[in-house]
Formats: sequence, C-alpha cells, structure tokens
Amino acid sequence: MEVAIVALPLLGALIAGFGNRRIGDLAAQLITSGLMLISCVLAWTVFCDVTFNDHPRTVHLFTWFATGNFKADWALRMDQLTAVMLIVVTTVSSMVHVYSIGYMHHDKSVPRFMAYLSLFTFCMLMLVTADNFMQMFFGWEGVGLSSYLLIGFWFDRPSANAAAIKAFVVNRVGDFGFALGIMGVFMIFGSVDFNTVFAATPGIVGHSFHFLSWNVDVLTTLCLLLFVGAMGKSAQLGLHTWLPDAMEGPTPVSALIHAATMVTAGVFMVCRLSPMFEYAPAARDVVAVVGASTAFFAATIGLTQFDIKRVIAYSTCSQLGYMFFAAGVGAYGAAMFHLFTHAFFKALLFLGSGSVIHAMSGEQDMRKMGGIYKLIPITYVMMWIGNLALAGIGIPGVVGFAGFYSKDSILESAFAHGGGIGMYAFWLGIIAAFMTAFYSWRLLFMTFHGKPRMDHETLHHVHESPWVILVPLIVLAVGAVFAGLAFTHFFVGEGAHEFFGNAIFYGADNHVLTEAEEVPFWVKALPLVMGVAGIALAYVFYVQKPGLPAAFAKAFGGIYTFVYRKWMFDELYTFIFVNGAKRLGFGLWKGGDGAVIDGCGPDGIASATMAIARRASRLQTGYVYHYAFAMLIGVVLLVSWYLVGAKL
Amino acid sequence: MEIGLGHYLTVAAILFTLGVFGIFLNRKNVIIILMSVELLLLAVNINMVAFSHFLGDMVGQVFTMLILTVAAAEAAIGLAILVVYFRNRGSIAVEDINVMKG
Amino acid sequence: MIIQTIAFYVFAAVAILSGALVVTNRNPVYSVLFLVLTFFNAAGLFVLLGAEFLAMMLVVVYVGAVAVLFLFVVMMLDINFVELRQGFVRYAPIGFVIGVVLAAELIFVLGSGVVAPQLGQAIAMPTPPIDQVGNTQALGTILYTHYFYLFQAAGLVLLVAMIGAIVLTHREREGVKRQKIASQVARGRDSVAVVKVQSGSGV
Repeated sequence: MEVAIVALPLLGALIAGFGNRRIGDLAAQLITSGLMLISCVLAWTVFCDVTFNDHPRTVHLFTWFATGNFKADWALRMDQLTAVMLIVVTTVSSMVHVYSIGYMHHDKSVPRFMAYLSLFTFCMLMLVTADNFMQMFFGWEGVGLSSYLLIGFWFDRPSANAAAIKAFVVNRVGDFGFALGIMGVFMIFGSVDFNTVFAATPGIVGHSFHFLSWNVDVLTTLCLLLFVGAMGKSAQLGLHTWLPDAMEGPTPVSALIHAATMVTAGVFMVCRLSPMFEYAPAARDVVAVVGASTAFFAATIGLTQFDIKRVIAYSTCSQLGYMFFAAGVGAYGAAMFHLFTHAFFKALLFLGSGSVIHAMSGEQDMRKMGGIYKLIPITYVMMWIGNLALAGIGIPGVVGFAGFYSKDSILESAFAHGGGIGMYAFWLGIIAAFMTAFYSWRLLFMTFHGKPRMDHETLHHVHESPWVILVPLIVLAVGAVFAGLAFTHFFVGEGAHEFFGNAIFYGADNHVLTEAEEVPFWVKALPLVMGVAGIALAYVFYVQKPGLPAAFAKAFGGIYTFVYRKWMFDELYTFIFVNGAKRLGFGLWKGGDGAVIDGCGPDGIASATMAIARRASRLQTGYVYHYAFAMLIGVVLLVSWYLVGAKL
Repeated sequence: MEIGLGHYLTVAAILFTLGVFGIFLNRKNVIIILMSVELLLLAVNINMVAFSHFLGDMVGQVFTMLILTVAAAEAAIGLAILVVYFRNRGSIAVEDINVMKG
Repeated sequence: MIIQTIAFYVFAAVAILSGALVVTNRNPVYSVLFLVLTFFNAAGLFVLLGAEFLAMMLVVVYVGAVAVLFLFVVMMLDINFVELRQGFVRYAPIGFVIGVVLAAELIFVLGSGVVAPQLGQAIAMPTPPIDQVGNTQALGTILYTHYFYLFQAAGLVLLVAMIGAIVLTHREREGVKRQKIASQVARGRDSVAVVKVQSGSGV
C-alpha cells in the first residue's frame, strides 16, 4: 500500500506523458487525477495508521547501488514525519489535479501538463519517504526538474523560459551546498543511511575538521551545508530570487509547487535532520536568523507588488521564513505544524487567485481589478477564508483559523527560546505578521472592492468559475479553517512527543514547545493584535482613503522604490554573478578558446602557414637577377661557413 | 716583387666579383647580363691557366680550351634567345622580364 | 723580372678597370668595347703565364667572334638608353656588401693558399719545358690523344649551339622563293611545252 502511494502518481505521469495526443486530453486528465485521488486516500489511511496507531515502518524496495562503503537502497520510510508530509502532498496535489482539469481546459498541451504534475508529485513523495540522503537527493533534484518543466510550461514565452532557467540555476546553487553536505556526511559517518547517521551523530559532537589552518566544527559545517540546500529549495534570503519569477508558470503550478510542496521540502529536510541539527546549535542559530530575516524581507516586498500572484509568492517566501526560524529555535513541531496549515491556506489562496484570473480573462495586475465581489461571490469567500487563515485570526484559547494556531505557536516558541536570536526572530516575526495582514487585505480590497478599474469588455466577462475549479477550493478551505484546531494538540501540544515519536528528535535540553505554552499573555495576544491592526490599516488605505497609498509612496520615494525593486537583489546578482559569469565566459571564449586554443591550433597553424607561404612566394619575383642574387648569397654563406667553420 | 700564384688568383677573384655584380646590379638590359657571364668565365679561365702554370700541369690549359668553347656556344645561344625575345617583346629592359613571377 | 712585374700589374689593372666599366656603363656599345679590352688584357696575362696559344685563342674566339657577335646584337636591337631605374639604388648597398664579402673571402682563401707538397706527384700532364716544346705543340699533344673524347664533345656542343641559334632565330617569311628539290626532281616531260610563236604576237 505504501508503494502504491508513491507509484500511482508515477504511473499516471508515464501514461499521460507518453500517451500525450494518442489518449487525448480527457483521458489524461481523468487518469492522472483519478490515480492521484486514490493515492491521497491511501495516504490518509497510512497517516492514521502510522501516527495514531504508532506504527512507523520502512518498506525496503531494492538496492540502488553498493560500491565499496557507499551503499544506498530504495526504501520507503514511513514514520510520523513522512506521514504528515504524505497527506499534505497528496491532498494538495490531488486538488490541484482536479483544479487543472478546469483551469487548463483550453490549453493545447493538457496531457503534458498533467504528466508533469504527476511526475512532480512522484518526486516529492520520493523525497519525503527517503530513508537515506541519496534518495532524498534524487527526490530533491526531481522536484527541481519538474519545477523547471512546469514553470517553463508555456515554452513559447521567453519570459517563462528565462524564469524556468533562473529557478533551476538558483536551485542548483543550493543543491551544490546540499551535495557538499552529503559528501561531508559520507566522509565523516561512512554511510548515507539516515538511521546510521543519526545513531552516530552524538559521537561526532565536538569533532572538528582541519580546513586551511582553521579548525571548524564538523556538525556545524555539515548542517550549514545541508541548510544551504534548503535555502535554495525554499527560497530563503539570498537564494530567493527565483520564486517571484516562478509565477510565470500556470497558477495550478504555483499552488502546488511554490506554495505547498516543493518549497516546503527545505523545512521538511531540516526537521528530518533534527537529530543532527540538535547537536549543532551554531547551525540552528544561523537557520533562525536567515528564516527571520527572510520573513521580514519578503513581507516588505509583498507590500508593494501589483501582480496578484507575486504578492502571494512573496507571502509564501515570508511564511517559509517563519517555518525556518521555528526550526532554528528548536520548535520542529511548530515548523511542521505551520507547514501543514500553510499548505492548505496558501494553496487555497493561489487557486483562488487563479479563479480570479480566470474570471478576469487572464488579467493579473491588481491595479486593473476592483469591484467584482458581487460577481464572483464563492471565490470571494474562499479568498477571505484563506487570508483569515494566513493572517492568523482567531480568539485566543477558544477557536481560530489554521494560521492562528500554527503562527502563534511559532512566535511563542521564538520568545520562549529567548536570547539574542530568539528575540530577533520574535520581533521580526511580529512585524512581519503585521505586514502579512496588511498586504493580504490590500490584495482583497484592491481585487474585489472599490470601483472597477478594468475596461468594459473584461468587466462584462467576469463570471464565476465552473465547479471543477470551485470544489478543490472548498476542500482546501475546509482544511484552512479546521486544520489548526484539529491538529494543534498533536503537533505542538501535549501530544507532540507521542505523535511524532522518534521522527523528530528533541535534544536533551530542548523544551521550547512546553515553554512556549508558558509565555506571558501579551506574547500570545500580540500576533492577533498585529493581524487586526494590519487589516484595519489596509481598510483605511484602500477603501476609506484610496489616495493614501500613492501619497505614501511619493513621500517615502527612495525607500518605496528600493522595496518595490525587491531590495535590488536581482540587480545585485545580475551585476555580480550574471555579468561576471558572462564576462568570464566571453573572456574565456574570445581569449582562451579563440586566442589560445584556436590560435595555437587550427586557426593559428592555418593562418601561419598561409602567411609564411605568402611571404615565401614573394621570393618568386620573376626577375632572374633576383634569383642570381639569392644564389650568390647562398654561395657567400657557404664559403663563409667553410672559412669560419674550418677554423672551429 | 715576385708575382706568385696568389696574385693571379686575386685578379681572377676580382673579375669574378665584378661579373657577379654585373648580373644583379644592372637594371638596364639583358646584354649586360650576358657580358657579365663572359666575365665570370674569363675569371675562371685565368684561374685555370694560373694553376696550370704554377703547378706545371697542362690539364689546366686543356680545360681552359674547353671552357672557351662552351662559353662561345653559350654566348651564341644566349644572344639568339635575346633576339627572339626582343622580336616578341620589343624591349629588353631587365625589369620588364618578370613573367615567371610566382 | 721587373718587366714581367710591371706588365702583370698593368694588364691586371686595366683588366679590372675595364671589367668594372663593362657592368656600369650606360651605353651598351661602350660596354661591349670595354669587354673587348678586358679580353685583350686577359690575353696579355695568359702570355705572361706562358700560355700563348690560349692567349691567341682568347683573342680570336672571344674577341673576334663572341664580342663581335655581341656588338652585332647590340646594334641590331633598337635599344634605348634606358636610364638607371629606381631599383638600382635600393639594392646597391646590400649587393655591394655581399660582393665585397665574396671578393674578400676569395682573395683571402686563394691569395694566401699554400700548395700541398705532395701535389707534385699528382700532376696529370706535366708541362714540358718551354724551350723544348712550344705551348701550342704541348697542348695539341695531349688534347688530341688523352682528351680526345672531350674534344669531340666540345665539337658537338658547338654544332648543337649553331643549330640551336639558327632554329631559334629563324623566321618564316612570306614571299621568299626557295627551291623545292622534290618537286624539281619530280617534274616530268609535260611541264615544258614547245610553242611556235609568231614574232611580234604574244603567247
């Protein structure tokens, strides 16, 4: 049954991929979605079995390779952490499959799209069920590949191609760190199997590498390298530039990959490697700082963007930052919880925005929307639910949307962890919560309220989406509303250790989840206050006084432009890396290859031959006396040589 | 001063050099070249006879005779070619004779 | 002895001088004439060396035939006084240097050469004493006996040269009447007809 969960999407991908035009659009859609739904049901079954019946297990498939000490098997590790990810991945993926039936209906390559979606799901499932680093890396690379294929799905658009390449290349940078980490792990532990490595970790604490006359701590280095991989995949500060551009792909892709699953692979990895991270506090601090900074940074940019999908993309980036700093302060359960709830409401938001775009006949710029809430009521309600969950609205101690539970537990854990890092994370998280609420409601108000700012044609066409699009939205909305309430006990509450069992390792003095329960009341209430304040401010700015945003932007012109231009990261990277690489490549091409290799090789020899021949042919002047002169010189030289040479 | 072999050879050497000069230093006409060739041969003849005298060997003179013969024949042919060339070209300026330019 | 020394220097100097003038003179006729002068002086040197037959040969063959031939051709060809062209100046320095180097080396080698002592045994044809046998006779004695084949070959060379010269310069001219022996011989009786002609009237 476990094998079926992983194999069914692969089967669907193969059938749709190779069948393509032969089986037709409808068959491809039905087969892939059907297989995906079956996989989802099976995943929920396994989840209940593994967690509530406390029955984690590993299903051995077959050996991958065994060269000397370096062995890796294909095995499906079904422990509690995996089970959580399984239901996240399969649920969101199956909803996206169904949604795509409606959304991509008019596209000309539907089977290819469905095949890529299923392929992605397969790779993601391999990643989460990995029992060793190599299988995880396989899944890691596989999702990267699928992301590239899906972002560049509309390959006749140059911007889509560029975005796909950007995503792949930036991911590659992260993957390089990851690969180095795996190599380091093998070098230190002699194995890439998780069980072996985790068992041996306590023994490596305090060991250090000798690297270029420095002694660096082994575990810290390994964890940092592995974290670099997570940074790339989860678009953390520094390696985040690909995520907004990834919105070039169709909306279902954004929902599946860039909200719920692929980008959370980094968080999953850190939690999976909790046995290692718990022994490397320095690495965890770095994780926390990076996560908190990303949360703040992405939220600031989200305030200024006008493309509806970009706003949600930056929101994702910001929320991922939350998850990372939760892991960084040791609250892995909180991180997984937020991952779980975030998958639902972010996918809901993306799919909802897809519905809006569908209604607006492809328009994505919020400046050209407005005043359509009466025309697309169901979508409107869905977006409200998603945003409420995102902003973490609820009544403390009683009830709340999904984000209320998960986000609050993260912030409380940060506060409880204390110290410079904890406080840094906490305050940045609070400010980011305020900004999250602000930009979420900015999105809502600009899109649905106010006077319609689009042309008459488009306004006429605004209509509610078909049921095949709306049903997935409703399913996800259910998750967004209830997931927090239902699961908070298991992820971060008293049942956390029981629930996760050995899947997540908490160090001996890591009681952050318990301490998080005991923080002062103002800490628990502050995120909610921030959220409500954000909503109120957005109301003022976008409904009451619509002229205010423009005035604000003009008043803070410099800062506004800086934030609007994504803190100039793209320009910086272009300047340093892209232009540097281009210049290097150009230089090596012209100077190295052209001048040196070609110059000394074929071109050089050919032109040298021609030049010499041309010069030699000038000796043939046609004048006899020139020839005689040459002969004379020869004779003189001969005589001189004998004269002088005879003496020597 | 006793006139020795060296003196005669020196004279011959200078004449030889002059003949060589004449071949490639002249820009005027081809006849000068032919005359320079005669000078060369003359120099060689002087050499031969000088050696014959000072070594007491008659072979030198025999060969001088033969060289004389060949020189005459060559001069005749050379001039015949020159005449025909002039008939066809109308000029014997040395600088114009570069048809074999490669 | 002194007269021989003076004679040598005079002949040598004039020969060299006129040799130089051969190659540098602008007027080709003058060049030929200077060539003649060079030959004469060379003949004088030959006489000093005891090869009087060769000296006469030089005068008769070289001057009398070759130089005269040169003169014929020079005068026959319509040669303009071509001014010294540009190129002369360009090549002069390097050519001059090369020539001087050549002359220096030749003189150095030949002028200071020493005859090997064992060469006395290697003489092919010893020169008979001059008071017994004259130069002509001495030459003839070995030329027609030991070097006969070379002599004949020289004759062949001359023959070929003659034929070659004729063939090269021969021109077919129209309107030149020449005998066709074969048709002359093939003429039969009927090529001539006897006709009785009245005096005063034509044929």
